[in-house]
Formats: sequence, C-alpha cells, structure tokens
Amino acid sequence: MELCVEAALSAIADAGLDKSDVDGLLTCNAMAQPYMYHAEAMAEYLQIFPRYCLSVGAGGGTTFSIVHHAASAIVTGMADVIVIAMADSLRSGLTRDQAMQVQASTGHPQFEQPYGPTVPAYYALIAQAHMAEFGTTPEQLAGIAVACRQHASLNPAAQMRDPITVDDVLSSRLIADPLHLLDCSLVSDGGSAIVLCSAERAADLRHSPVYLLGAGEGHNHEHISAAHNLTTSAAREAGERAYAMAGLGPSDMDFAQLYDCFTPTVLVELEDLGFCAKGEGGAFVDSGALAPGGALPVNTHGGLLSHCHPGNPGSMFALTESVWQLRHSAGDRQVADARCGLVHAQGGIMSSHTALILSREAA
Amino acid sequence: MNAPQASRIMPPDTEISRPYWDGCKQGVLRLQYCSDCDRFQFYPRILCSECGGRSLSWRSVSGRGRVASFTVVRRGISPAYPAPYVVALIDLEEGPRMMSNIIVDDSQPVAVGDTVIVGFQPWGADHVMPVFELDKVSR
Repeated sequence: MELCVEAALSAIADAGLDKSDVDGLLTCNAMAQPYMYHAEAMAEYLQIFPRYCLSVGAGGGTTFSIVHHAASAIVTGMADVIVIAMADSLRSGLTRDQAMQVQASTGHPQFEQPYGPTVPAYYALIAQAHMAEFGTTPEQLAGIAVACRQHASLNPAAQMRDPITVDDVLSSRLIADPLHLLDCSLVSDGGSAIVLCSAERAADLRHSPVYLLGAGEGHNHEHISAAHNLTTSAAREAGERAYAMAGLGPSDMDFAQLYDCFTPTVLVELEDLGFCAKGEGGAFVDSGALAPGGALPVNTHGGLLSHCHPGNPGSMFALTESVWQLRHSAGDRQVADARCGLVHAQGGIMSSHTALILSREAA
Repeated sequence: MNAPQASRIMPPDTEISRPYWDGCKQGVLRLQYCSDCDRFQFYPRILCSECGGRSLSWRSVSGRGRVASFTVVRRGISPAYPAPYVVALIDLEEGPRMMSNIIVDDSQPVAVGDTVIVGFQPWGADHVMPVFELDKVSR
C-alpha cells in the first residue's frame, strides 16, 4: 500500500496538484498485500474522498484498460482529476511457494491447470506456434530481449542494466521450450501513477501535458486453449480502434512500449499493431528497429524484461516512460524529437488488449 | 501409462462437465455435440457457443488429433510435476482444441502437426485424466 501511495503522491506533486484536487481514483489490487476493496482502502489511507473510485482486475492489461475507462469518465463528467495508481511487491512480498501458487492458479481450473502449465509455458505455446507457422527463430525472440536490455542500460532506474547478447539469451537455461530464462520478464517490487484530466484542466498545471489521442481495446479469450488464433491476437483490434480514434497510423509512431512479459508477446504485438506484416516480426527484430536509435525504439525504459515487472502494475512504467519521452525529459534514452508514441498492454494469456496513442501535441 | 504421484492439481467437480470426467473413467473421450449446428464443442457449456442453442448431447469422439502447439516445461509447477514434461494444445479430429500432456520419453521429439492419440491416466483414487501419446504409426 505504501508503494502505491508514494506513486500517487509523486504523480499528484508532479502535476502541481494537491490531493484534495483528486476526485477520481483508479487502482488495481496487489498480490503481496491484497485488500478486499483496494481503491477504497487507498482513498481512506490518503484521506481523499473521490466521487469515482474503483479497483479493476484485468491482469497485465488492467493498466491501460483503466486509462481508457478513466478518459471515458472524464468525458462523461464522472470525475475531473483522476489518479491512476498501482503497485505490488512480487519480489519481496511473496514467498516462493506463494509465487508458484499464483502461477498454478493461472489457467482454466478444470481443463488447463491440472496439466501443469507454468506461466512461461503458456507463452511458449504462442512462440512455438509462431515458429512453426512463420519460421521465426529463437535467435529472433532473443533479439527482443537484447533490444530491451540496450534501452535499460541507458536507464538508471532499470533493474537489469548489463548488456546481453543473443548468445547470452540462448545459453541461459531453458524454462519452457523455446523460452530461455532471459526471454522471461523480471520479478520486482514497484509502483507507478499518473494523473489524467481534460486538456482544459491540464492547461494551468505545472508541466505541458501529454495528450491521449486514441484508445482501443480488443478481447478474444481468457484461456489460451480457447484462443481462436495462437499467432494473431486481439491487439489487432485494439490497435485499429486506437489508431482510428487518433487519426494516426503505425508509421506516425516515434516509439512503442509493447507488453513484454515474454519475448513472443512483443513479436506478435509488432505484427498485430501494424508495425510489420503478419509473420515478419522476426525479420523486423533482425533489422535492428527495436534498439535505441532504431526505426521503432521499443520499450525505451527497458520494459518488463529489463526495467522491472511488479506484476499487474508493470506496464504503468511504460506509461510514465512515454510521458517523459513526449516531454523530452528522458535523459540519455530520449528518442530524438519524439512526438507520438503507442503503448500497449495485455492481460491473461494474450487475452485482453489495450492500445493508447499518446502525443505531445493536442491533435 | 504410469500414474503420477499424488498432490497434482485435480480438476474440481462440476455438474456440467461430469459426463466428460465419467467418460474418462470409462476410457472414452466424450465431447458435447450441438445437433442444431452439427458441431462439437469443448469445454462443456450450458449452451452451444456457436448458435446459442441448447440442443446439446454427449458423444464419444475418436481421441485422435494433431499438435497445434506444445512446450517442454523444464521447471515444473510443483514437485508433483517432475520436469521435463510436455504441455500441448491438441486439435481433435472432430474440431475442438484442448490442452493436455503428451507423454513422451526424452528420445521422442514433439513437433507442431504431429498426430496424437488419447490415453487415460488414473490420478489418485478419484480422477482419470485424458493425456496423449504420439501416434507412432503415422510418424
């Protein structure tokens, strides 16, 4: 709870607001310290009294799904200044047994869990299908982890900063074929928050705002065994809806922060979000596009693979990173002249997807 | 097929899926069949997820299928699941896809597209689980 409160207070201070200005609060529950009604508990802790207050659970996709809902709440007058805050302590707050229990409770209780799939195993099924269908290689998957680490090496806040090579990834131990240890994201403590309000309300705040130009969601399944397609996800619909709302397309994006719990998610998302054609994700990675200075820098903070992954709140850091990139305050890792960026998160096993288009310009 | 040790994750008993598990105990893989749209479905539901109809009955299926995808789990979910073991998605001949284990020894590599055939493993006193083996005849 303290991590979440600290994150919220940092965001409120960064905006030049006082906690009494906050009339909307959106959170997600924490595994390490769960509350029955997390957002209510958080409001009580802060002694704020919002008129819009909710905690949401959609796995790793909770983050941007909440932003989508919050934007809608502002447009419809349910709230004016909404704090979105999330934190969890998976590294220090869960025992190994508890962590394995979380893994074991992922999946369909009758028709998946008994067969012993681990979380990496679910994503390995996607990777293996992509390899079989399109000839994608473990080297190309590893290239995604390498690019994220290159970004992380420029970020003093990243958990893992030492450069790695494709060989390092392939020689790390196999977890669930074809995924090696370094294809898997980190386990971290962390919290992050943003303030969302209307452009009018933002005009007199401390910083020039970053604008949410588009938001879109796509939902296809909950359990991977019920997915209609293993290699094309509902990120496609999420992206199409977000691009349409923004009136922009993939080629307008100066960077992308893509959900990277495991390397194959990035591969599929690059294709589904229109940055390359279906099946060509591996070649796109080979082109060097994802790296610092590349055609499409991906996960400029280091992502879940190298920056940190505190569970469901993980991709909030992709959002705060995008704000810094679009304010041109990202230090050594600043993407030159960044004007627009796409952030994407997914929850479940490639189940629920949200894409947001952010810009430093109002339209 | 050898029975694994106890304390695996056992499927909770539900009324809607009981004919499926009862079939497994009898060594038969059964799926729900919708006579309105002539289609099998998995997992069991109170309605046909295609047409919304309720004309569902249970029918035995061939137990044959193809590997849609698979992984070799190198670090088991608990000590009751000694690694390595294969978790796979199987496309059954009759259409539906299901998750299962493919029981192999280390000398038997699995590939996407391999044909597999169902077998039944007793898990403890109360459960019989459908698992798959590679269909050696077709390889």
